[in-house]
Amino acid sequence: MTLTHYVVLAAILFSIGATTVLVRRNAIIVFMGVELMLNATNLALVTFSRMHGNLTGQVLAFFVMVVAAAEVVIGLAIIISIFRTRRSASVDDVNLLKG
Amino acid sequence: MLSSLATSLTDAGRTTTGEAILFWVLAIVMVLAAGGLLFARKAVHAALSLVVVMIGLAFLYVAQDAPFLGVVQVVVYTGAIMMLFLFVLMLVGVDASDTLTETLRGQRWVAALAGLGLVVVLAGVVGRAHYGPAVGLTDANGASNPVALARLVFGSYAFALEAVGALLITAAIGAIMLTHRRRMTPRVTQRARSTARVLSGTLAGKPVPGVYARHNAMDVPALDPQGRPIEESVSRVLRVRGQEADAREYAARIDRVLSGDWANTVRPPLTATSETSSAPATDDSDAAEKSDEEAKA
Repeated sequence: MTLTHYVVLAAILFSIGATTVLVRRNAIIVFMGVELMLNATNLALVTFSRMHGNLTGQVLAFFVMVVAAAEVVIGLAIIISIFRTRRSASVDDVNLLKG
Repeated sequence: MLSSLATSLTDAGRTTTGEAILFWVLAIVMVLAAGGLLFARKAVHAALSLVVVMIGLAFLYVAQDAPFLGVVQVVVYTGAIMMLFLFVLMLVGVDASDTLTETLRGQRWVAALAGLGLVVVLAGVVGRAHYGPAVGLTDANGASNPVALARLVFGSYAFALEAVGALLITAAIGAIMLTHRRRMTPRVTQRARSTARVLSGTLAGKPVPGVYARHNAMDVPALDPQGRPIEESVSRVLRVRGQEADAREYAARIDRVLSGDWANTVRPPLTATSETSSAPATDDSDAAEKSDEEAKA
C-alpha cells in the first residue's frame, strides 16, 4: 500500500460530501456535507505533507480546521435565524429572492 | 534510520503492514459512514455517522505521523463542531427530515449525476498525477510533531495565526449578533410575578389535582370542601386535549357520601367476608353495579 491510497480515500470522501451538499434538502445535513469536504481536504493535506516530508501541509490543515470552526459557528447561527423566521430548515423553502 | 523503518515508511515509500491493515479497515468504515450521511433519513443519524468519519480521520492522522492534528481533530471536530451540530438539531427539532416535494424537477438525479462526475474527475486527477517517492515525516518532525508544528505556526505563519484569531473573534461576535433577539415584551421580573400572584388571590398556588377527589390522578379535578370540583386544578394542557376526567362523576360520588347514601348501600358485614370466599364477592359486584346505576340515575 502506498500513500496514494490516502489520496484516493480523500477524493472519495470529498465526492460523497459534495454529493450530500447537492442532494440533501435539510440545511443542517447540507452543512455536514461541507464539513465532510473540509475533512477530506485535510486528509489530503496531511498525506501530501507526509509525501514531501514537509510540515507545511499540516499547518495548512490546522488553519483549515480553525476556519471551519468559525464557518460552522456562523453557518449554524444563520440556519437558526432562518428557522426562527421561516419555521423550516429546508433549503428549498428559502426562496425570498424569487420574483 | 532504523526507527524510521519501524515507524512509518519503508525505503520504497510504502507503508508498513500494520498501517495498511488500519487503513483498509478504517477506509471501509469511513466510506460506509459517509454513505450514511448521504442516505440517512434523520438528521441525527447523519450527524452520528459524520462523527464516525471524523474519528476515523483522527486515527488516520495519528497513523500518518501527525499526532497533533489527530488530537485537534477529535477535540475540535468531534468534540466541538459536531456537538454544535447536535445542539442546533435539538433547537431546530430532531425530527426535521428532508422534504420530499421537488421544487426543481429531477434535481436529485442531476445532483447525483454531478456527484458521480466529480468522482470521475477526481479519479482522473489522482490516477494520472505523478507522485515522487514518499519522504516521510521522521526528519521533519524531529523530536516531536507538536514542537515542529509550533515552530512553523509561531514562526513562518505567525501573521496567519493572528489573522485567524481575528477571524474567530469576528465569527463569535457575528454568531451572537445573528442569534440575538430583541425583546418585544417587557421583562417579567420575579417581583412582578409575586405581586401578580398576591393580587390574584392564589398566594399558596393553584390547588393540586386529585386531592380530595378519591382518585389520586392528574386528570381528576380536586374537590373543594363543599364537594364541588375545582376546574382550574387540572392542567390546562389536559383540558385542551380533552383528557380531563369527568368532574361531575366524582362530585356525584361525594354527594352520595355526604347524604349518607353511601353508608346505607348494601354492603356485607366484615365478618361475612372473612367466613365465606365466593358469595360476598358476588355481593360486592352487585353492590358496585347498584351504585353505578344510582350514579347514572
